[in-house]
Amino acid sequence: MAIQITKIFKKKKASILERWMQNQLAHVGLREDLISNDDLRADSSELIVTLLDTLNEKNLDDPDSSDFDPVVELLNSLSLSRARQGFSPRETGLFIIGLKEVLIGVLQEEIIDHKELADLSLKVHRLLDNFSISTFEAYIKGREEVILRQTDEIAEISTPVIRVWDGILALPIIGTLDSARTQVIMETLLTEIVESGSSIAILDISGVPTVDSLVAQHLLKTVSATRLMGAECIISGIRPEIAQTIVHLGIDLATIITKSTLASALQHAFKSLRLEVRQQRIDSVLSRVKPQ
Amino acid sequence: MDKIPILRMGRFLLVTIQVDLYDKLALDLEADLIKMVGKTNARGILIDISAVNIVDSFMGRIISNIGAMAKLVDAETVVVGMQPAVAITLVELGLPLRGVYTALNVEKGMDLLKSKVLREEETDPDDDYAGDSSV
Amino acid sequence: MITPVILLSKDNMTVLREQDVVPFRNRVKEYAIKIRMGLVNQTKLITAASELARNMLKYANGGIVSIETIARGRESGIRLTFKDEGPGIADVNLALKDGFSTGKSLGLGLPGARRLASEFEINSEIGKGTKVMIIKWANG
Repeated sequence: MAIQITKIFKKKKASILERWMQNQLAHVGLREDLISNDDLRADSSELIVTLLDTLNEKNLDDPDSSDFDPVVELLNSLSLSRARQGFSPRETGLFIIGLKEVLIGVLQEEIIDHKELADLSLKVHRLLDNFSISTFEAYIKGREEVILRQTDEIAEISTPVIRVWDGILALPIIGTLDSARTQVIMETLLTEIVESGSSIAILDISGVPTVDSLVAQHLLKTVSATRLMGAECIISGIRPEIAQTIVHLGIDLATIITKSTLASALQHAFKSLRLEVRQQRIDSVLSRVKPQ
Repeated sequence: MDKIPILRMGRFLLVTIQVDLYDKLALDLEADLIKMVGKTNARGILIDISAVNIVDSFMGRIISNIGAMAKLVDAETVVVGMQPAVAITLVELGLPLRGVYTALNVEKGMDLLKSKVLREEETDPDDDYAGDSSV
Repeated sequence: MITPVILLSKDNMTVLREQDVVPFRNRVKEYAIKIRMGLVNQTKLITAASELARNMLKYANGGIVSIETIARGRESGIRLTFKDEGPGIADVNLALKDGFSTGKSLGLGLPGARRLASEFEINSEIGKGTKVMIIKWANG
């Protein structure tokens, strides 16, 4: 029987942890601001214990073995929490890669036979490389969660429906319009139309960076749904360059009322509600200001 | 047998749909409405669908049919109170409600009918009246 | 990596008469509420279900629908499978086009249902029948 690799590692357990810690602490990339020395030691020690508990001579050849599930799980949770804390991918990856260096170092000291050393080193490499990969996967997943949460938050705060006048609503859209967001916008707008009994809604797209055929389709859908409810929908904030793209792309917006600014849309709304805004005559203002 | 009641309000008829329509009921409603328009000489029909949760293409067709039939006997049709979720779904389904007007609620629908019918009566009755009736 | 779909519950219903459509829709609604699907998505799902059920009645004299609640990753959804033993559809691609209809209808059933669902699948064999599967995710 060849050399028992697990025995070597178990014998050297304390020394492995010490060397690994030294490596990590000495590293220029150590984030003392994000993780304390004690926590790092606890994490490292837990990983070594879990790894040595699961590792045996058989599964060393099989990095995908389900025996390693506890190790992968532990690594994933470490990686996830580091992603959320703001560690960089490099800093997160160095954690497990550092362990690999120490383990290989131990093998080099303990095994004299070159062929045996090369063979076992390769296996340890493979196993820990596999761990590194799942560390990265978990890290990215953690980041994705952060992004998803932020997307939700943005979607929530970015659809304010404003009652600009009795019977007139305005909804400024800021950012890109995708189908998920269009649905949120439609829902908020239509619900507000019912609640306020408004007959005119102004959708201001000054804050929408580009209008392609897909965005136009979403706008048309919103207008159609508003009309089905029995209200009119005006699109305002069409910048000159947007008007250009719309025509160049051959998008037909002829069926909807479009205005260049929110002000002109509001004016249009006033007109169709037969409202009038006038400047007061100067003498009538003065007569009111003057004391009796 | 279920029957959807039709209320008469001056020169207009009001129908409130509160149950899910199935074939027989819908066809009866069509027939009853047209008969009633003839009998009362009504100039407009208000269909209140605020209690309707689902409008599929079957129901959409019934509504469009009513609009078209009413038009033939010189009456306008207004669908009122569509729920937001229903409107969003209809747009996605691609179902246009042809031949009918829409309004937010019964009150606004009544105002709309009045403006349509009055405008028509003020103008020369021989005028070939053709309003844009598609939504 | 494709996250597997997990089946949480399954229910079968036969739709053989026009009167079965409304109870069927109500059953779908119950399941949609159970997985906390939002009102708009609920309405979209039930409308799609209604279109497909009516299609099945019109062209195949009815059939069986399975209503399943499923989960994929963190998402949960409703999967409806409509199976009939009708004449089948000769040209599925044509049937999925807006406005195409062999019956006297608007021709919105299949394409409309596809737009309303999150996922859509159709298999049809002439003389054997048609199977339509739709999924609506609670947040999709």
